[in-house]
Amino acid sequence: MAKILRRERLVPNIHLLEVHAPEVARKSRPGQFVIVMPDERGERIPLTIADWDAKRGTVTSVFMLVGTSTQKLSLLQSGDEIPVYVGPLGRPSEIRNFGTVVCAGGCFGIAAIYPIARALKQAGNRVLTLIDVKASYLFYWEDKLKETSDAVFVSARDKRYNSKEYVPYKLDTLLKDEKTVDRVVAIGCTYLMYACAEATRAAGVKTMVSLNPIMVDGTGMCGACRVTVDGKTKFACVDGPDFDGHAVDWQELFSRRKSYFDDEVKSLCAWERERFS
Amino acid sequence: MTDKKPEIAPELKMRLKAGYDRDWRKELRKSVPIKERMKIPRQKMPEREAGERNRDFGEVNRGLDLEAAVREAQRCWDCANPGCVAGCPVSIDIPSFIKLIEKRDLAGSVRKIKETNSLPAICGRVCPQEIQCEALCNLKKATGVPVAIGNLERFISDFDRSEGTVFVPEPGRPTGKKVAVIGAGPAGLTAAGELVKRGHGVTIFEALHIPGGVLVYGIPEFRLPKSILKAEVDYLQKLGVELRLNFVVGKTATLEELKKDGYDAFFIGTGAGLPNFMRIPGENLVGVYSANEYLTRVNLMRAYDFPAYDTPVIRGRRAAVIGGGNVAMDSVRTAKRLGANPAAIIYRRSRREMPAREEEIKHAEEEGIEFHLLTTPIRYLGDENGRVRAMECLKMELGEPDSSGRRKPVPVPGSEFVTEVDLVVVAIGQSPNPLMAQTTPDLRVGKWGNLEVDWKTMGTSMPGVFAGGDIVRGGATVILAMGDGRLAAEEIDHFLRNGHR
Repeated sequence: MAKILRRERLVPNIHLLEVHAPEVARKSRPGQFVIVMPDERGERIPLTIADWDAKRGTVTSVFMLVGTSTQKLSLLQSGDEIPVYVGPLGRPSEIRNFGTVVCAGGCFGIAAIYPIARALKQAGNRVLTLIDVKASYLFYWEDKLKETSDAVFVSARDKRYNSKEYVPYKLDTLLKDEKTVDRVVAIGCTYLMYACAEATRAAGVKTMVSLNPIMVDGTGMCGACRVTVDGKTKFACVDGPDFDGHAVDWQELFSRRKSYFDDEVKSLCAWERERFS
Repeated sequence: MTDKKPEIAPELKMRLKAGYDRDWRKELRKSVPIKERMKIPRQKMPEREAGERNRDFGEVNRGLDLEAAVREAQRCWDCANPGCVAGCPVSIDIPSFIKLIEKRDLAGSVRKIKETNSLPAICGRVCPQEIQCEALCNLKKATGVPVAIGNLERFISDFDRSEGTVFVPEPGRPTGKKVAVIGAGPAGLTAAGELVKRGHGVTIFEALHIPGGVLVYGIPEFRLPKSILKAEVDYLQKLGVELRLNFVVGKTATLEELKKDGYDAFFIGTGAGLPNFMRIPGENLVGVYSANEYLTRVNLMRAYDFPAYDTPVIRGRRAAVIGGGNVAMDSVRTAKRLGANPAAIIYRRSRREMPAREEEIKHAEEEGIEFHLLTTPIRYLGDENGRVRAMECLKMELGEPDSSGRRKPVPVPGSEFVTEVDLVVVAIGQSPNPLMAQTTPDLRVGKWGNLEVDWKTMGTSMPGVFAGGDIVRGGATVILAMGDGRLAAEEIDHFLRNGHR
């Protein structure tokens, strides 16, 4: 049980959820996630922890509206209780002084990359943040990211920001412009992470990705989240979620992410009928 | 991972003898001569018709009625040296509770069982009595057909619940000590019940959102209705046990942090929550599940009621379940109920070596499950979307016995064949969940990732930290986990009262 302190729409389709969960807040580290069930009949879904405050006992996540669970979450208000909010789960991201690190994020990953960028900055890295949005009005947390980055590049498909290029192309240019990039960290939709990993493969720059397979328990018990990394099966919930993007079997991840596509549509339709008609 | 030999402790022997010598027991023994008792046939457990039950999730067994239970109780000789008790991992005074049924003192029988067993409704349903109490029943030695102890246990616990006034024993005098029980499965629930009865403050920490462990995520509704588990957990809460759900010890707080929060002792019962795979090609195709995931989706998350519940599961037209244990039977019977036809067991040895309970195999056969014995999958084939469409299998034959004493399956060369499937459930066993060991460096771990314990006390390498159930044994049974929980609780009690052990 966790009480919602704030639930607001940041930009179309992307919402912020801040809850009171002191035990989770006390232990949270960059790159970890929580498992959330919006109501008693809901699915258990993973949400990356985007921020936390151990003193106030609060934890913040940002999520995109996709299926029934996220739709349900988006209708909750401050003061409501979430029946299941468990974590922090997964291994924290590796934080060291690598030198220059590019942090790439898109959609919910704009928020999810934030605590990692912050920790990398604190560890003495030069942090270049690379944000991908379909349109400039979909960018949020600009101020927060500027605070934690030496430079923020935004790729939007309109003219407001400095680049119209899709982030992986921009990443490619960046690798050429910069004398050295020691590491890349990418979080966002599977395709963005895949494309970032491909963009850095030739240059051999280590690229960590925060994988987002379907999960159930989140504690290593069920194996729903298995991914193949370096030819070996790993459980993203306990062995990850961060993996070397150059070693991930992306095709497998794409098809496993789509395991329940038809059911997800069916579930959403049933829920909409029940709720709105 | 050896089990202790069945023997009856001297203290228990005295307890049994005291019951045996009661006047009413003497009279009851005399009232029906043994010859008459032996004429009574074993009372059949009424079951729902196979063609009806294999389409829903209602319970298969209906339970004995009062008259059948009394007749069954009369079959028991009330032996001076009861073998049955030695076969019970939680040392229930079996002759006493059975004779109380014969005397029709059902409330007395409930009290008797609950002296040593906090979860009788569960044991009466899922214990493998045929290899425990009933295997050692003296009537079995004489006639081959033991007293149906398990069915009687189930009867008496159902009576207890149906009365609506579940009997709650007096808690012990508060000791002021706090125990953290990690994991709300059979081991943890049992340990918690025993500890709270001895007056200790008990908090159970559970990672999932419903307590029960394998009883809730693994064992299907048709074998153990969730309402029964809920009643057993409610009973523990009435005894004073506190439940902290959605709390992953090792992640939300480590064992060391809980120690600082004032817990004086620990019991770890985190189970075998790590599914094994065969590591053959195609195992990560969509439609290939671990039994843990498949059963968790259906049982815990109620995917059988999708879309009323949000969690989906692939239902499958042609389902193959790999393995021959109870988990495999639960999975294949679940697949059948969700519409798969055929729903088949693929097992590499013969029926004789199957580790599943005879009752489960029988129920599966009645429900139309296909059995492909002496067969093993060697790879899964996918379609263009990465979904499983077929599997390639190999025929086996039995060779020499291996270390488990069972004859080892050997491949038959050239016997490969391909069969269409769109749902595969891998039920070849589980390993201990690594989370506690990873986050508690002082815990000594064995070669299968199991926590090492002193089997006499269930104590781990850390003082004041005890463990039991599948985290210690690997994949074993509910009742062995409960036996561990009970033994560990006794030892924790000693530890808390004497400061060491």
